[in-house]
Amino acid sequence: MSHISVRGVSFGYTNKIVLRDINLDIAHGEIVTLLGPNGCGKSTLIKLMLGLHRPGKGNIYLDGTDISRIDSKTIARTIAYVPQIHRSSFPYAVIDIVLMGRIPHKAFFFRYSKEDMNVARNAMERLSISHLAERPYTELSGGERQLAVIARALAQGAKTFIMDEPATGLDYGNQLKLLDQIIKLSGEGYTFIKSTHSPEHALWIADRAVMIKNGTIVADGRCDEAISTESLFHLYNARVSVLRLNGSLRVCVPQTICGCRESAGDQEEESLL
Amino acid sequence: MKRFGVFPFLSLLLIVTTAGSLILGKYPIAFRDMAGFFLFKFFHVGQMSTESCQLLENLLLDIRLPRILAAILIGASLSVSGTAFQAMFVNPLVSPGLLGVLAGGSFGAALAMIFFKSWVAVQACTFVFGFAAVLISVGVAKIHKGNTVLLLVLGGVISSGLFTSLLSVVKYIADPYNQLPAIVQWLMGGLSMIEVRSLVVIGIPQVVSIVLIALLSGYLNALSMGDEEARALGIPVEWVRMLLIFLATVMSALTVVVAGMIGWVGLVIPHVTRMLVGPDNKVLIPASALIGAIYLIVVDDVSRMLFNVEIPIGITTTLIGVPFFAIILKKARRGWS
Repeated sequence: MSHISVRGVSFGYTNKIVLRDINLDIAHGEIVTLLGPNGCGKSTLIKLMLGLHRPGKGNIYLDGTDISRIDSKTIARTIAYVPQIHRSSFPYAVIDIVLMGRIPHKAFFFRYSKEDMNVARNAMERLSISHLAERPYTELSGGERQLAVIARALAQGAKTFIMDEPATGLDYGNQLKLLDQIIKLSGEGYTFIKSTHSPEHALWIADRAVMIKNGTIVADGRCDEAISTESLFHLYNARVSVLRLNGSLRVCVPQTICGCRESAGDQEEESLL
Repeated sequence: MKRFGVFPFLSLLLIVTTAGSLILGKYPIAFRDMAGFFLFKFFHVGQMSTESCQLLENLLLDIRLPRILAAILIGASLSVSGTAFQAMFVNPLVSPGLLGVLAGGSFGAALAMIFFKSWVAVQACTFVFGFAAVLISVGVAKIHKGNTVLLLVLGGVISSGLFTSLLSVVKYIADPYNQLPAIVQWLMGGLSMIEVRSLVVIGIPQVVSIVLIALLSGYLNALSMGDEEARALGIPVEWVRMLLIFLATVMSALTVVVAGMIGWVGLVIPHVTRMLVGPDNKVLIPASALIGAIYLIVVDDVSRMLFNVEIPIGITTTLIGVPFFAIILKKARRGWS
């Protein structure tokens, strides 16, 4: 039984269809990357899988149960949402942000207990950000904010993380650290569904790439198969060569830059070293 | 999390302020006399002539204490509802009047002053129209779909505008010799008409609302991260927000019922408190209740002591609040974006 199963889902607003007949199965422990141009429906799909929107047509199942029948606290204990880094308007201490992850485990009226505090501190420990606990969230760097929100997701106790463009707004070094963090947690059995604008991030860490264009899935498969010169051209209307470095690692290089515009087909899969 | 240490200090300050304000007044009472009176009255310790006991009882228990208790309740209510609104609407310039409760309440009061004679009717009308104004704001937001927070703010603008102009209509048709001055004076806010009976009627729901908002304060933190994040944390956002708006409306409508328009408390005190204890609402809500209470007691002392004639407290809070806000604005902006 797949962990998250999207069955024939369509979604739209009154005058615009955003997603059309989406079918997608995600297994426990997978790292799935959603790729697609701006406005293709990635974020909407993410919100549907989080149970934040209800599909207009079709159903979404979480471990076999229709997600619209699961109460939001139970969903939150199973799936954690890691949004794009944002500027919170209040300078909450990082520990207060991480503690929010305990809300799905509390009664309607609640106070955080010692145990909640321990769980939150533990989550920060795992990401090596314990030293940030009392720092105001608003004064952190983008990378530190992203880690704070991931710590909150860990404190939530969910084993599946849905991330909406987690790398957007991070500097290069922090993007790579984020990928490391995902690999590390994936090794501990976490499932990741993340959208990104960088096909390389998918090539480097994801098991699977799902390409979405104009509200439909146009490709879904292992990254090395799904991400190709043709599929990227189809998706982004950009000419990119997917090159293989020694071993199995792949990189994307724009053809205008690598000077191989004329013979794009031949260059693909070329071994550089 | 470590900021809970302020509470013993603030509680002590509240007690000192209360005791100090009992002594202060046109008829000054020595602290010794007050202490002696309370010991004699409640513990039958010491001696006191029936005459001076009567006098002190009248001054302290019948006149000054209700007024101080009203200041505590109103200051705490306005501050807590202001704090809750600022967190909920993720906006530092929001005050309890955002959704129209003060405008609606003022209209209701003015209307009742013209058409009914009884004071109870005026109070009931104030409460009903304060609530109606908020319902209109929420209704306007519900009709349209989209960003709920933004729509609520716009609904509040519409509702406030409606009731402000309706208030002008009432003022225009009011008898300019008796009714109009009464309306205008009432709108300036004042604690001089407090009675023990109405204190009980407003006090219980206000205290209950403050306690409930304090219990919901963990959600306030999450709500200020945005609706989607809050919902992904398993919070029933719509319903928690409506509950919070309901409680804040009850509290602030009741302040208008007994004391008219008291401005700027609900805007300034949350800022001051945030500067003292940080933005965590779990600490901020109870702390702003205490600081708001202390502040309004002090301002009321100033209002009744500064000149021979008592100044309406709504004027004093604004005159103090405006420059104070202008000064702290730079500091308050820190961390906001």
